[in-house]
Amino acid sequence: MDFKLSALTKSIWVFHVSAGSCNNCDIEILDLLTPRHDVERFGIQLVGSVRHADALLITGAMNKKAVVRMKKIYEQAPKPCVVVAVGQCALSRHLFRYSYNVEEPLDKILPVDLYIPGCPPKPEAMIDGIVKLVNKLKSKK
Amino acid sequence: MLNIIFNYLIFPGFLFSVCIGLIAGWFDRKVTARLQWRKGPPWYQNFADILKLLGKETILPSSAKLTFLLAPCLGLASLVLVATILGRNIISPSQGFSGDLVVVLYLLVIPAISLILGASASRNPLASVGASREMKLILAYELPFILSIIAIIIKSGGAIQFGTILNHQALFGSNIFSWSGLIAFLVSVLCIQAKLGFVPFDVSEAEQEIMGGVLIEYSGLPLAIFKLIKAMLLYTLPVLLIILFLGQNLTMLSVIGKFIALLIVIILIKNTSPRLRIDQSLRFFWRIPTLLAILAVILGYFGL
Repeated sequence: MDFKLSALTKSIWVFHVSAGSCNNCDIEILDLLTPRHDVERFGIQLVGSVRHADALLITGAMNKKAVVRMKKIYEQAPKPCVVVAVGQCALSRHLFRYSYNVEEPLDKILPVDLYIPGCPPKPEAMIDGIVKLVNKLKSKK
Repeated sequence: MLNIIFNYLIFPGFLFSVCIGLIAGWFDRKVTARLQWRKGPPWYQNFADILKLLGKETILPSSAKLTFLLAPCLGLASLVLVATILGRNIISPSQGFSGDLVVVLYLLVIPAISLILGASASRNPLASVGASREMKLILAYELPFILSIIAIIIKSGGAIQFGTILNHQALFGSNIFSWSGLIAFLVSVLCIQAKLGFVPFDVSEAEQEIMGGVLIEYSGLPLAIFKLIKAMLLYTLPVLLIILFLGQNLTMLSVIGKFIALLIVIILIKNTSPRLRIDQSLRFFWRIPTLLAILAVILGYFGL
């Protein structure tokens, strides 16, 4: 078992990016930090700066303006960094898929490691997704 | 010589104080979580954080790479020295040198200065906002902090040595049980809150408004060193207070008990107060705590 990897999976610092979301997914993400779901149990923390991030939590359909910023933010994150797409919009553009300013889904732009579907996804679904991601990372090495 | 290196790197110095500091940091997070009706992280959480940061990529700014990297090392080296001096004084109070209190006071400012240096070297506008706030905060809290320590120096007959202060307390009882000592203790607990960067006075790295402030450009190894600095401050500052104010009984068990009690006081202040703006904290420190500290100096002069 890799030493660094086990430390990484025990303390995932999350940077939360909204690429034009309707705020529902963002509210559900904040629910994870409340007493009911308390993800600090697993060492997961929201951080203020991309430079500290281990995971980018991206919500919302990627409109043209957001794509440029999103690529910049991904480049600024220190690498091993996973990308998590939260919500139906980030997965497949949902009801904006024929919209004139939303050209590509997120996984054509950034390498997405984890998809969490739902509109908005439940906090339980997100915790489940993170557990699956951790297991995937562990089995890869 | 070997003894000095051992003291500096292992026992009261680097390794020991880092471990205690990280566990104190976990204690802080756990108590905070319990106060908010959460469960809180497991005990090894801060160790895992540091290990993880060591394995991450370090991103350097295009300018001033050397200052950016050396600033955290400067802060860490000076804090390790503080931890060593304080630890040796608790173990054998007679072995100190004259003036070590002054040395410790100077060395305790260096971590804040290293934050300012690193933040300025990163050339981030938000980091420079944080650096300027940190600078003003130093100006704010150093005055009452040093005044309250002067009160203790006057009470112990002009001694600027930890050993003499501890001896005085062993003979006449802890400083906190006199009026001037009590007032000076209250003032320095508030100043320590600002030195640690805890909530009423955490403007310099306010996560919600300037996104980590001084630490915004740091990643990987230098960020881990800054986290270690924070952890060690959480160990050294309460120990300094124990030596200065609660130094009568320095057996192992009572030091641990006093340390935990002080930590709980600090954490409770942190969790029950909102963040002050920089102008509010400057005004606060230069009014009430400074006046109280001057009062403590006067009372101490009259031997109360």
